[in-house]
Amino acid sequence: MAYKTIIEDDIDILVAGAGLGGTGAAFEARYWGKDKKIVIAEKANIDRSGAVAQGLYAINCYMGTRFGENNPEDHVRYARMDLMGMVREDLAFDMARHVDSAVHQFEEWGLPLMRNPKTGTYMREGRWQIMIHGESYKPIVAEAAKKSADKVFNRICVTHLLMDDAKANRVAGAVGFNVRTGNYHVFKSKTVICGAGGASNIFKPRSVGEGAGRVWYAPWSSGSAYGLMIEAGAKMTQMENRIVLARFKDGYGPVGAYFLHLKTYTQNCLGEEYESKWFPALTEMVGKEYLDTEGQHLSHKPIPTCLRNHAFISEVNAGRGPIHMVTMEAFQDPHLEEIGWHNFLGMTVGQAVLWAATDVDPKYENPELTTSEPYVMGSHATGCGAWCSGPEDVSPEEYFWGYNRMTTVEGLFGAGDAVGGTPHAFSSGSFTEGRLAAKAACKYIDDGKAEGIRVSEEQISNLKDKIYKPLETYKVYSNEVVAGTVNPNFINPRQGLDRLQKMMDEYCGGFGVNYMTNEKLLQIGLKKMKTFGEDLEMIAASDIHELLRAWELKHRYLTSESVFQHTLFRKETRWPGYYYRGDAMKLDDENWHVLTVSHRDRNTGEYTMEKAPLYHLVGDE
Amino acid sequence: MPTFVYMTRCDGCGQCVDICPSDIMHIDKTLRRAYNIEPNMCWECYSCVKACPHHAIDVRGYADFAPLGHSVRVHRDEEKGTIAWRIKFRNGKKDMDLLAPITTKPWGTCIPQLSEVAAPSNEMRDSELLYNEPKYVRMDEGGLHTLKSNGLKLKAGVYY
Repeated sequence: MAYKTIIEDDIDILVAGAGLGGTGAAFEARYWGKDKKIVIAEKANIDRSGAVAQGLYAINCYMGTRFGENNPEDHVRYARMDLMGMVREDLAFDMARHVDSAVHQFEEWGLPLMRNPKTGTYMREGRWQIMIHGESYKPIVAEAAKKSADKVFNRICVTHLLMDDAKANRVAGAVGFNVRTGNYHVFKSKTVICGAGGASNIFKPRSVGEGAGRVWYAPWSSGSAYGLMIEAGAKMTQMENRIVLARFKDGYGPVGAYFLHLKTYTQNCLGEEYESKWFPALTEMVGKEYLDTEGQHLSHKPIPTCLRNHAFISEVNAGRGPIHMVTMEAFQDPHLEEIGWHNFLGMTVGQAVLWAATDVDPKYENPELTTSEPYVMGSHATGCGAWCSGPEDVSPEEYFWGYNRMTTVEGLFGAGDAVGGTPHAFSSGSFTEGRLAAKAACKYIDDGKAEGIRVSEEQISNLKDKIYKPLETYKVYSNEVVAGTVNPNFINPRQGLDRLQKMMDEYCGGFGVNYMTNEKLLQIGLKKMKTFGEDLEMIAASDIHELLRAWELKHRYLTSESVFQHTLFRKETRWPGYYYRGDAMKLDDENWHVLTVSHRDRNTGEYTMEKAPLYHLVGDE
Repeated sequence: MPTFVYMTRCDGCGQCVDICPSDIMHIDKTLRRAYNIEPNMCWECYSCVKACPHHAIDVRGYADFAPLGHSVRVHRDEEKGTIAWRIKFRNGKKDMDLLAPITTKPWGTCIPQLSEVAAPSNEMRDSELLYNEPKYVRMDEGGLHTLKSNGLKLKAGVYY
């Protein structure tokens, strides 16, 4: 193999993936570890990587404790309500009590936060959201990370975590390859903070052909957070809790500012309000505790995201689609109209392109909405991710094993999408989680927990062979056929991705089956996944770029397998509107008021599932 | 929507290659200019469009749902701290100019070098505080929120 092996040794903190979580980790690590060696390995360029590459027009998680607006526990209750109870409330409380300090620093660094001219507080879009001019959000936080890190390795696709050969279940760094030079990179590190992303493109997207990249979550979010950690044997939680988004059709432009700030609203094709008519049936499904519409009317509590989706889906199925966003009223105000457009340009330019292309002027025409394909991630209105320890002063014993945000693999920490059970962290909360993980990782090292790590030459060379195998496969078999992409010995990454998406869609509750699945379907799906996993051993890459796609696909595969296992395990319909278990159409608190936790054996690939107790914040009377 | 590169404007400098989060802007080895090698993995994030010093990169809406004849152009200026957009509709009826700030400070000058900040005390290390806390959370003399300070506890089982 012509590719060089480049070893970076003696790292204290390796940040694998530097979106908002990873940049927060790298930045904060320098404060607690003045003399520690901090290294970032990032698949793209940290100036424009991760979910915030394009920018954001709002920070969706800000308490405003400084202005007396909210306390952390208020946010926990909100997240709990939105996720139908399923939240790691220790982690959520911890994130919420720190998140404001991240936001205040962003403002000092130059991120333009809008102010309310009357009160002097930040301009609120909703109770938790503040409005920003965030086109350069990512370059700004990247600058902070660069100032703290000893080295930043851009364009390194991290494929595997290194494991300690001296002590079982302890991390020892990571390996990957440079997507430009092809060189093999080995990072030997005492700790790893996994800041990699959640998963788009594992369920078949609604867009086809050239438009397949038009997904809600970035197409480069390849589930690597989960792929890396699952492969290392870290326990995962709530992986069944995929998210479906109601968004502007085709462009997937955001609706948050439209609903909350512009006060637009939805209606069916007859111009009727439709949500409330589905509430009685929904209350039957989920129980009064989760949808008390009378109570909600009095308390102005928002309806959970999944249940609003359910009303949307049901109304369309009843033949009264499409659902429209009524923009024609708000957009008569030129100021609000401008905000509406800026909102897209700041974070989803493609929606502006689409309206320009289709001559949709929301001032004179109410645009269509749609429900998206599902996504697996842990920082929006969903909480997939690793089973992590909480903070010492908050967590009950089942949730605490020594270091905040440490997974069940020693020395392996998570931030952002990587951490399970912490929905509604968004950008600012992910950055905050990175900071928390960094402090804990420094403490782990200072406590002597990373002593005596040994990485054998054998492990390093085995992983090297593994990484480049798709190139070998291509070399060996491609000349067996005259030309073209059809080969009896291998599949290429695109073909593999199409196959994965079809399986996930049809058997795991994608849009193509109206988000419906059941035990039988899941079991067939898992059987197909097994053969697919075997075929992935015969994936071929014609060049280094395809090798990147091959490894992204392997991470997506591991993520998907976990989603299948968790969905099979939870025998209830906890989140109607995200997905339905047709064989258990009701929410079942008697048996399933728990968090689901999985473990995939590193050596055998076998899954074991367990229920973990669910704790809630209550008044200490 | 997928990017494309104008032949006569691109000089092959590679800024787009360097910045693309999806690794799909590559240099064509014969023409020595950049192009989008994988349009179906393009998120139309405009990172390359903004980074191109010659405005050689543009976007044409996805063929599977966007009609031709529109334009969304952008100029990002770190020195001025602004981003300027122009949106033109297919039917020519709408032509908008929009301007937004991208930063409030001279670019890259206001981020602290944490290696030069005073080291945290042992007491702070043992606490739950992060850098700059608690003062960056609240302006009064109060500390970080805890279960105790907020009169809370964690209880297993349903909360209702």
